[in-house]
Amino acid sequence: MATARKAANNEAAQPNLPFAFRKYTAEQLREVLHKMYLIRRFEEGAEDAYMRGLIHGTMHLSIGQEASAMGICMPLTDQDQITSTHRGHGHCIAKGADVKRMFAEFFGKTTGYCKGRGGSMHIADVTKGNLGANGIVAGGIPIAVGAALAAKKLRTGKVAVSFFGDGANNEGAFHEALNMAAVWKLPVIFVCENNGYGMSTSTERSTAVKNIADRAGAYAMPGVIVDGNNFSEVAEAANAAVERARAGEGPTLIESKTYRYRGHSKSDRNRYRTKEEIEDWMANRDPIALFEAELKEFGIIDDAGIEAVREAVKKEIADGIEFAKDSPSPEIRDLENYVYTEVA
Amino acid sequence: MDVAVRELSYAQAIQEAMAIAMEQDERVFLMGEDIGVYGGAFQVTGDLVERFGSERVMDTPISELGGAGVAVGAALTGLRPIFEFQFSDFATLAMEQIVNQAAKMRFMLGGEVSVPVVMRFPAGSGTGAAAQHSQSLEAWLGHVPGLKVIQPATPHDVKGMLLAAVADPDPVMIFEHKLLYKMKGPVPEGHYTVPIGKADVRRQGRDLTIVATSIMVHKALEAAAALQAEGIDIEVIDLRTVRPMDKQTIIDSVKKTSRLLCVYEAVKTLGIGAEVSAAVAESDAFDYLDAPIVRLGGAEIPIPYNPELEKATVPQVPDIVAAARDLAKGKR
Repeated sequence: MATARKAANNEAAQPNLPFAFRKYTAEQLREVLHKMYLIRRFEEGAEDAYMRGLIHGTMHLSIGQEASAMGICMPLTDQDQITSTHRGHGHCIAKGADVKRMFAEFFGKTTGYCKGRGGSMHIADVTKGNLGANGIVAGGIPIAVGAALAAKKLRTGKVAVSFFGDGANNEGAFHEALNMAAVWKLPVIFVCENNGYGMSTSTERSTAVKNIADRAGAYAMPGVIVDGNNFSEVAEAANAAVERARAGEGPTLIESKTYRYRGHSKSDRNRYRTKEEIEDWMANRDPIALFEAELKEFGIIDDAGIEAVREAVKKEIADGIEFAKDSPSPEIRDLENYVYTEVA
Repeated sequence: MDVAVRELSYAQAIQEAMAIAMEQDERVFLMGEDIGVYGGAFQVTGDLVERFGSERVMDTPISELGGAGVAVGAALTGLRPIFEFQFSDFATLAMEQIVNQAAKMRFMLGGEVSVPVVMRFPAGSGTGAAAQHSQSLEAWLGHVPGLKVIQPATPHDVKGMLLAAVADPDPVMIFEHKLLYKMKGPVPEGHYTVPIGKADVRRQGRDLTIVATSIMVHKALEAAAALQAEGIDIEVIDLRTVRPMDKQTIIDSVKKTSRLLCVYEAVKTLGIGAEVSAAVAESDAFDYLDAPIVRLGGAEIPIPYNPELEKATVPQVPDIVAAARDLAKGKR
């Protein structure tokens, strides 16, 4: 209630404030910054642990896409459900996961969210409504539609969000899922995080339409383009889409234009884009820097406050890695667990 | 308590099972292409839409991959979908959701979720529908840990196994031979289950074991009856479940008869017959064998259109009779 009153006051006092600064309290906005830092430092911590041989396999880092994950998850409750992608660490944190258990999963430990069976590409936290990252491009999109169908049939009032990348918009599953969601008017939000490249192939080379949001028209749903590096813009679109979904008006496609700083995965030699391009995004369009500047401009936080956030995050990451290191590995004798539901 | 037993067709038995499941559990609903007013390509859902409405007997667009994914997502989040593929061949369009998602989700998430989805696949040849509408792909899915794969052969079993599948917390794939849909048999009224993972000895015998699946069970029984006149006493095992396979029933039978013939409609190579044979070869029943194991399966070709060619592609009763006779008389 306090939130709503304060937001209303803000709106009356400063109608020109960006959406998020009208909608959310100072405390909420500082928490957003905290989470954005948590995502970035988590990714850096995971990368470092990988380099040092503590994590095996591969991983897909979402550094540079923090505002997109946070903006979309802002209007969601813990009951609302998401499906995520191979580049899903940020979504998981934005939806409320504990970085300790995420690191533990990456380290393959029993304390991890998937007890060491899933790793980076299947990170999930069903208690917070994250139905899981997915190793298959577009694999989670129809699943989110199924979750939305369940919400509608069971009248739970939940909405489902499917995150996917620009690469997924050329998969058949994307088109089949959007069509069904629209035909059945389901409470689902399709969030395309367009970071410009599906692995090495640019959207210009892979996708016939200029904007992926243009494809919404084919499925009779709103298609919204947002600057994915601008938290407030993303949150505004997400709020509108969630409202529409909860009101029973059906799905929305949001195209969140963003950029990944790191390569596609750990095998990427970055030969398909220029150093200048990467540096330009990092220097001029960094989502955390942009958000910090706004927070300072509107008097939500000062330099000391930002430093305190950074320090807090640093400690959470260090604690998470320690927790993961200290956690037990699965026993080989439990190899065949969880394939089928154990019948009592 | 006496339960009335009627003669129902295999298709009617499926329909009755789905109706009972929907009556007993509000979470159960049906999805598929043209299963509503049309009643399904094989009239299996029939008039269920009139009884349960289009919300619970949901027509989907022709979107096998998306539809299967929606069923998986709905199962993951509290519903109990029964998804009908119009033909089992169309599983090829949905393999991603079946194999990568439904089968693995529980495991990938460390046991935090389960996916209680049932998928129904009208399968098999004999309808003149040629190569893309006649396949038997159960071994494909049987190769995937996380799935349960069943092939009920009778109206009684398909009703009981479908009800067991709906109650099962994990994904169950049901392969229904299309030529069985009109076959009649005794079916008890009301709710009952037939366990997944249990083979059934359909006919006791001393001289030879035939392990058969789906429609081949009936052909094997016919062949066994014919050979009884020649003094050959055949045991017929209806495998019923491809995964998890009831190897013990097979092993016990082979220890008694010392001869094994596997009969199945799918392409012979790398199929169910190989798995059944290996189960015996790897067990102590191996020492009881008096002759090499024989497999009768489908020819190594796509299913042809011409009816004579089509028939010749999959084992028929005379083929089973000849193979069983040779095996029993030590001609192999």
